[in-house]
Amino acid sequence: MSRIQSRFAELKAQNRAAFVSYIMGGDPDVETTLEVMRGLPGAGVYVIDLGMAVPDPMADGPASQHAGQRALAGGMTLRKTLDLAAEFRKNDDATPIVLMGYYNPIYSMGVPAFLEAAIAAGIDGLIVVDLPPEEDAELCIPAGEAGLNFIRLATPTTDDVRLPTVLQNTSGFVYYVSITGITGAAAANAEAVAPHVERIREASSLPVCVGFGVRSPETAAEIAKVADGVVVGSAIVNKLAEGASVADTLEFVRSLADGARRARL
Amino acid sequence: MLQDVNSFREGPDEQGRFGLFGGRFVAETLMPLILDLEQEYGRAKQDASFWAEMDDLWKHYVGRPSPLYFAERLTEHFGGAKIYLKRDELNHTGAHKINNVLGQILLARRMGKTRIIAETGAGQHGVATATVCARFGLECIVFMGATDVERQKPNVFRMNLLGAKVVPVTSGRATLKDAMNEALRDWVTNVENTFYCIGTVAGPHPYPAMVRDFQSIIGKETKEQMLEREGRLPDSLIACIGGGSNAMGLFHPFLDDRDVRIIGVEAGGHGVDDRMEHAASLTGGRPGVLHGNRTYLLQDDDGQILEGHSISAGLDYPGIGPEHSWLHDMGRVEYVSVTDVEALEAFQLSCRTEGIIPALEPSHALAHVAKIAPDLSPDHLMVMNMCGRGDKDIFTVAEALGAEMGEGLSS
Repeated sequence: MSRIQSRFAELKAQNRAAFVSYIMGGDPDVETTLEVMRGLPGAGVYVIDLGMAVPDPMADGPASQHAGQRALAGGMTLRKTLDLAAEFRKNDDATPIVLMGYYNPIYSMGVPAFLEAAIAAGIDGLIVVDLPPEEDAELCIPAGEAGLNFIRLATPTTDDVRLPTVLQNTSGFVYYVSITGITGAAAANAEAVAPHVERIREASSLPVCVGFGVRSPETAAEIAKVADGVVVGSAIVNKLAEGASVADTLEFVRSLADGARRARL
Repeated sequence: MLQDVNSFREGPDEQGRFGLFGGRFVAETLMPLILDLEQEYGRAKQDASFWAEMDDLWKHYVGRPSPLYFAERLTEHFGGAKIYLKRDELNHTGAHKINNVLGQILLARRMGKTRIIAETGAGQHGVATATVCARFGLECIVFMGATDVERQKPNVFRMNLLGAKVVPVTSGRATLKDAMNEALRDWVTNVENTFYCIGTVAGPHPYPAMVRDFQSIIGKETKEQMLEREGRLPDSLIACIGGGSNAMGLFHPFLDDRDVRIIGVEAGGHGVDDRMEHAASLTGGRPGVLHGNRTYLLQDDDGQILEGHSISAGLDYPGIGPEHSWLHDMGRVEYVSVTDVEALEAFQLSCRTEGIIPALEPSHALAHVAKIAPDLSPDHLMVMNMCGRGDKDIFTVAEALGAEMGEGLSS
């Protein structure tokens, strides 16, 4: 069983929603990211999404764009992002790490070399935004064969006809994008999301996590009632960008995580 | 080395690939839209009434066919090949861009989309899109890099006059690449009513093939006109390349006429070297994935996209259409580059010998004509695509030449 599978199995047994936190690798520098990552499990985070910086993230809003640009300006590379994950893994063998980003840096490194390096670094899953099912032969299938989960995004435009295609080679969990739009934009609405989560559950046995537009403990709580997990990204990235200390950032994460945890009490 | 295939005109395959290149590298939110578009374009292509409407608009609204003009004084000046200019700068709106925009807007109407978005570099595609949207009463939003808004002011004002909203994009170096990113973000957000009218032969499948099909009117006309004029096909074709839509439009109908030498001219900026201050993706880049397709890209060792540079806003793009990447690897088309300085010289030459103020984009093509035409024989028939007129560029040129508007040029 992969780290992601065991983590969701534990949570299910406890009737809890997973709180998933996104953080951009190397924003503002590697040391800060590592310090925040090490504090995330203690702040109530069950799965870490680690962003791979690119200058032009097609589906991301300003928060994540600027975070990527800050990281790149500081000399961040894909190799250093993998090293960062490996460093975290030295002290934590249980928290799943999902790399999230876009395909070109991976393609540039070469898919076999990337998969080998990712597994060596203790990565558990991949979310690659610009690789839809139509391009599964590129990375999704080789990643699965290498033992990594490939987590797909399902969106409000993924209708019933298309859903099976989207789910086919997905593993670990399904990431449901709560809005049509970029990260950190419109606010997620649990009432609108619920039927879509149900639809995915009917078509798949995988846990369903919901992200894009979750910014407050209240929204996190509402989403946690209807989904298996909540993903918060831009709100945490913004906190760091505002110059918050690592301790304050983790405190903010804890408030969101508490929101999600209390949801089902 | 020319690779052996039965035809160079059969791509893309069902996955939208030209060999290794092309594809559909987009976020899931956009996939259903792209599949819809592919289906609708497939239907339209088979529909005689669609093409009848296109032909009517091409003829009466755009002014096609554009002339194939024998450039007598340029020919004399170079003293070699016989030079013809395909006059697509005479189209309504002053460039080849409208050929494709008409097709996409008719498709948008068929699909019931009411809001049109576009990216633009030099502003020619933006102006063409704003124009056709005005003609059909559609809402139009054009994303344009803030740098380009500055260097292409006349086109920004034109778009405003035509009722379009121009959104300056400040991310990156604020040029065409950044405009395309922002257009994609808008599309992801407004999927229901929005049609993304892409201006070049790039982006996710089916855009590269669809834009090529609409632009191929350039090459089809050229073929007929040359046969009528000279009784045979041309010996060579030359066109400039940013994304590569005017070039693909001219080249595609000739790809299987293997005696026709075909040359694409990329923007060499300050020179194609390690400084990467150019926009010559094929000469100075390597394959990667950006904006929905795999193609040659300017990038660093980590696979991060570089900004590139060209004096021409329309060529200032770190990628190139995927079919060009394939034709490059297959050896069917030669790709070369010329610098900003060479393009500026050609710009002035065209003004003074032919009385045609060319856009800076085709000035690149002319700069390469200047390099090879003198050594060719007088019976060598060469066609260069004059894909846009230069009114929009006079400020950039004045600045580059150190001239003040209202004062004479020193030479």
